[in-house]
Amino acid sequence: MAPSLIGDRHVTVRLLSQTPPPPPFRRESWRSPLRGPWLASVLGAALLAGIPIVLVTGLLSYAAYEPALGRNNLIGDPGFLDFYVFSWPTNPSWLYALTQGLHVTVGIALVPIVLVKLWSAMPRLFEWPPLRSPAHALERISLALLVGSTLFQFATGILNAQLYYPWKFSFLAAHFYGGWVFIAAFVLHAVLKLPAMRRSLRERPLLDELRRGLDETVPESGDSALIPAAPSAPTISRRGVLALTGGASLGLLALTAGQSVGGPLREIALLAPHGRDLGSGPNDFQVNKTAASLGITPAQTGAAWRLRVDGGQRPLELSRADLLALTQHAYELPIACVEGWSTTQSWSGVRLRDLAALAGVEAFDELYVESLQRGGSFRRASLSTRQAGDRRSLLALRVNGADLSPDHGFPARIVVPALPGVHCTKWVALLEFRGTRA
Amino acid sequence: MSLRRAYGAGPLHLLSTLAALALAAYAFSRVLAGAQAANVVLWFAGAVVVHDLIAFPLYTALNRLALGRSIRAVNHVRVPALLSGFAFIVFFPLIVGLGRYERATTLSQDVYLARWLLLTGALFAASGVLYALRARRG
Repeated sequence: MAPSLIGDRHVTVRLLSQTPPPPPFRRESWRSPLRGPWLASVLGAALLAGIPIVLVTGLLSYAAYEPALGRNNLIGDPGFLDFYVFSWPTNPSWLYALTQGLHVTVGIALVPIVLVKLWSAMPRLFEWPPLRSPAHALERISLALLVGSTLFQFATGILNAQLYYPWKFSFLAAHFYGGWVFIAAFVLHAVLKLPAMRRSLRERPLLDELRRGLDETVPESGDSALIPAAPSAPTISRRGVLALTGGASLGLLALTAGQSVGGPLREIALLAPHGRDLGSGPNDFQVNKTAASLGITPAQTGAAWRLRVDGGQRPLELSRADLLALTQHAYELPIACVEGWSTTQSWSGVRLRDLAALAGVEAFDELYVESLQRGGSFRRASLSTRQAGDRRSLLALRVNGADLSPDHGFPARIVVPALPGVHCTKWVALLEFRGTRA
Repeated sequence: MSLRRAYGAGPLHLLSTLAALALAAYAFSRVLAGAQAANVVLWFAGAVVVHDLIAFPLYTALNRLALGRSIRAVNHVRVPALLSGFAFIVFFPLIVGLGRYERATTLSQDVYLARWLLLTGALFAASGVLYALRARRG
């Protein structure tokens, strides 16, 4: 009696393994003598050190937006995925510059390691037979999610940092949920592969391999599907591949870090979007969105401009001259962008808590800030009590001893320590203290 | 039949894989509940197709083409090409002038193409000098 092929997995697997597969599925078509569990493990160890930095700082960035306040949440209902959100601190003032600088800079520097790691593991995509067991099937699904979410997260993050949005979806939502798919798949992969990685690195110590030149570069031994069945002669040593990957990673770090760190390093951030020297005047520092790009006109920001302060016992309408007549305070504070760049300047203006007192607000839950700008997701933002109540939190009127330029938010902008840059609202028109108790 | 035989791995493998897949499926369900879900899925799947089935075969073919030449010279071409290529992959929107950078910052985007070309030129020049020095030493 002929065996039934459908429903008998063992027969199917046996038949598949006896049928010669098309070329990429044949082990002989993978020729590089360098591929093997050791190279994949070294690259995996580097990613195991770097990726958690990007993951944690990414989650922190979501918390820094204070999504529970007002209309700050721009990603829809995250279900339980925001379980860790906490009140974002204002100390140290460079906290968000650090976390988000790490998120973007380390993310960019990891690109070569990610791509070489994918190269090193590529034979796994073309394994034959494609499914050996239920465990293998589930693992392949999780690997598809890992590769997909890795590429998706890196691509969307890197394009967003250059203000290029070739998609229809909301970057914030997609990068947040994509991040959770990535976390699930990455942690699983790390857990499942950690024992093999440690074994591989123990059997072939890194320092020994770094002493081996091209002449001593031979394929790894073992039964891993990554090791080529018919290797060609090596054209580069393993240490050469690692030096090239590490060098590319350090090169990208050098080309990017300056836009976050600032100072002389900004000058070598040659390809970074905010690595440019804009001059030496008081307002000559990085701008994310200009007044013109958001349709802010001189008529709106001229003599007729008034700041409304609502929510207290005494609603206020203040001109710029009124604001300048109040006690002025000056602080050195960074503007730190979600796109990974930052710039520290000396801001001066009126304390937000002084404005609260002036308007007759004694306690509040939220400070809602609205800009003159008509469009854009960030034309409004809500600050927590902690953020608006910090003594360094300003409605800034001047920077580095000069009036704010139109592009930096004239007549007035919010500057709050450790607040994400997009919440440092420019061209402020309304401050509304909510949840007030007199 | 034991779990290991039926499933192909131990119980910890099964539990951790199911836990991770459940979390990923939950995150996907939040995407599907939001706007433009199909576009997200398209980009997710598209990224895999572009990398695995287009970019990977393409750079493998380019590498085999390079290997057809002198083995001695090949790394002097591959190394600067890869370094320049990584910079391009990361910063191509600025380099080729895509996106809203100019409109948002009112800065010209042209400098990035010039800088990348100069960087690429410097990498190949440095590699060429090294090759010449090695060739002279024999």
